[in-house]
Amino acid sequence: MSDETTATDRANEEAGTSTDAVVLTGAEIVCECLLREGVDIVFGYPGGAILPTYDALTKYPQLHHVLTRHEQGASHMADGYARATGKVGVAMATSGPGATNLVTGIATAMMDSSPIVCITGQVPTGAIGSDAFQETDVTGITLPITKHNYLVTSIEELPEVMREAFHIARTGRPGPVLVDIPKDVQIQEAEFVYPTEPIELAGYSPPRAARARQVDAALELIRTSKRPIILAGHGISMAGANRELAQLAEKAQIPIALTLLGKGAISEHHPLCLGMMGMHGGAEVNHAIQQADLLIALGMRFDDRVTGNLATYARDSRKIHVDIDPSEINKNVNVDVGIVGDLGEVLRQLLKRVERRPNEAWFDRIAEWRADSELREIVRPADAPQHPAVPEGKLLGAQVIRDLFEFTDGEAITVTDVGQHQMWEAQYYHHERPHSLITSGGLGTMGFGLPAAIGAKMSRPDQEVWAIVGDGGFQMTMMELATAVQEQVNVHIAIINNGFLGMVRQWQEFFYEERYNQTPMVNPDFCKLAEAYGIPTVRVTERGQIEEAVNASRAQTGGPTLIDFVVEKEEIVFPMVPAGADLDDMIRRPTPEEFEQQRRERAVAAKAPEPQTPESTPPETEAPAAPAALGSRFGV
Amino acid sequence: MAKHILAALVENRPGVLARVANLFRRRSFNIDSLSVGRTQRDEMSRMTIVMESDSAEADRLVKNLYKLVDVVHVDHLHSQPSVVREMALVKVKASSDNRREVIQLCDIFRARIIDVSAESLVVEITGEEEKLENFTELVRPFGIVEMVRTGMIALGRGGHTLKDEGFKPNRSRAAARRNVL
Ligand SMILES: Cc1ncc(C[n+]2csc(CCOP(=O)(O)OP(=O)(O)O)c2C)c(N)n1
Ligand SMILES: [Mg+2]
Repeated sequence: MSDETTATDRANEEAGTSTDAVVLTGAEIVCECLLREGVDIVFGYPGGAILPTYDALTKYPQLHHVLTRHEQGASHMADGYARATGKVGVAMATSGPGATNLVTGIATAMMDSSPIVCITGQVPTGAIGSDAFQETDVTGITLPITKHNYLVTSIEELPEVMREAFHIARTGRPGPVLVDIPKDVQIQEAEFVYPTEPIELAGYSPPRAARARQVDAALELIRTSKRPIILAGHGISMAGANRELAQLAEKAQIPIALTLLGKGAISEHHPLCLGMMGMHGGAEVNHAIQQADLLIALGMRFDDRVTGNLATYARDSRKIHVDIDPSEINKNVNVDVGIVGDLGEVLRQLLKRVERRPNEAWFDRIAEWRADSELREIVRPADAPQHPAVPEGKLLGAQVIRDLFEFTDGEAITVTDVGQHQMWEAQYYHHERPHSLITSGGLGTMGFGLPAAIGAKMSRPDQEVWAIVGDGGFQMTMMELATAVQEQVNVHIAIINNGFLGMVRQWQEFFYEERYNQTPMVNPDFCKLAEAYGIPTVRVTERGQIEEAVNASRAQTGGPTLIDFVVEKEEIVFPMVPAGADLDDMIRRPTPEEFEQQRRERAVAAKAPEPQTPESTPPETEAPAAPAALGSRFGV
Repeated sequence: MAKHILAALVENRPGVLARVANLFRRRSFNIDSLSVGRTQRDEMSRMTIVMESDSAEADRLVKNLYKLVDVVHVDHLHSQPSVVREMALVKVKASSDNRREVIQLCDIFRARIIDVSAESLVVEITGEEEKLENFTELVRPFGIVEMVRTGMIALGRGGHTLKDEGFKPNRSRAAARRNVL
């Protein structure tokens, strides 16, 4: 996201706009500015205070407006649009309730540094502060959840504000910017002159290259390390530093662990890529981090979901942290070398002088941890011997993702919602390319999946897009099915339908003695529901049906499709680092031997003469492993 | 733990104070005092922020202030010689019996009496924090009716100034810049 001026210039040319001054209304100026910023799609919802701009849109057919069914959908769509390409996504809403409905999407974009610009109507300037109809202080409300926001108070400043908004959204550490425009400013007329000089903001200048001394210090730490590991985050793909990351890892022979949003930073098929770290990361990855003597953190922010207990986090390691946001350095984890800069630039600086270094012993240790993880693996090819914990004849959510990965050749853009299915996607869908996984990481926003997938597909119509959603989160924004139909957006929806708020149920199982309060759901028939919108659907209840269903979905190239995957209700996402526990203190799935051993012990216990308390009696004694009891069985 | 004094030059725009105040709350910074006012340049205001914290925390505040688009420059006055002042207005009970004593105290502290009534005096006192505190302790037995303090303000000595070169005011924004604090 570096060549912001060229984007504007290009837009200027494409829009064929002349630089001669013309008199326009504020609403028209908004549209002109959008065109010049290269915007082609606006996601939004009309209402009184933004009506002048909606009227002006009729004169700008180059700006395609997508009518969402809720403003939350508009902000998530803009976010999904932005994440799929790195272009700024645009959402539009009216004042008051329209603006407040955008809030969840804005906060989601803020936490994941996604560049969106939200334009809201506001009551006329004279009425501001009078509690006028549909007045709400949206710049106040969004102050802590935007990178910056503006209340435009005169038409003269409108072009400049619009330009700054896009500049701030897309440069540096990207993020959401909101522009609140009173209705009278939209109606007023003024000579429109688009500023052409480069934007200079006294208080805003994103850093670029690192200081030489810091590069030296980082290189020295790398040179003397024996067990180094790279922690690659979202920043890599946002900076477009994917090639540099691979080169650094290859040249210095350093393995790479990914954050959730770091997936796509490097191909997960790359031999140096270990996979995801953190709460539901690979056990071997977390072990490697804990045992490392050097962490090289690139464009990640040591979120509590990836560090676990900070007091014991990677205790024996030195730490290098590269980030474009100075406030991230030493925020959660104190580091030895903190480098503020654009990742592409900094990595190129490092690459010039980094030395090849052998790490065989270190790779051998990681391979041992990995072999242990493989033993415990539950998702295996259908014809391979299965882990005994797999319940016979039941469909597992994890299997669905693994097979979806296979049948889409690992090439789809996947957009997830939040919950167990999101973690299975992270574990079993191996991404090769940047921007190919879109997920709400920082805020963990249920309801993100479907609208973000619609935005992503509209941003990348050439790409196959799958929305992988839970039955809970899907119901938070499923009204956007209508948007997908109205716009004929060819997004494939896969509902991982377990009849539960699965992730919360998992916590209740582990930490609240299986009291499943308010997590079971009575769901609608999702197929019938989708059919009411005219959407073709399939229901899948067995693993053998997955391939055909996926292929049938992929064959549909018109509007959306939906598959209802009815999966095992009480499955668990393993491994799991309980919140606040040490990163390598994971709840693991047992190995097949451990599993059989535990099964035998249970059988013996069941025959013992002492009276059993009802809780300790497995509910289905003879049936194959009922995951319902997993938590209590493994000492949680 | 020590007292940290930060000086911030900010663009004189609507909402700047709200942004800074929000930052304190949102990132749980404990601020002792904040004072804001115009500078020699119309388009800039200067804030003096005082916080009791360790230096890592003060660093964290500096970095987070810089994240605000309207904040142009921040300095940690800790690291350079500077002059620090605070002003207080103190309304002290003073009847004809003890007025002389209060006036004597004011003389010692070089405080000025700016209002006199039958029951009380209003005293203006300027200085470093310690001086203000000593003064209020000494007049407390007479009875403090009410008082107000400005919070600290500070400037670097001599050549130590906050950088504002390179800052170009924005023409079309000038209109929106009236009375924004
Ligand atoms: C808006 C919102 N509300 C609540 C939560 C807390 N939460 C996290 S995961 C989850 C359950 C999700 O259930 P579902 O969508 O069915 O997905 P599953 O875990 O079953 O795959 C909940 C309630 C959240 N992340 N977001
Ligand atoms: Mg569910």
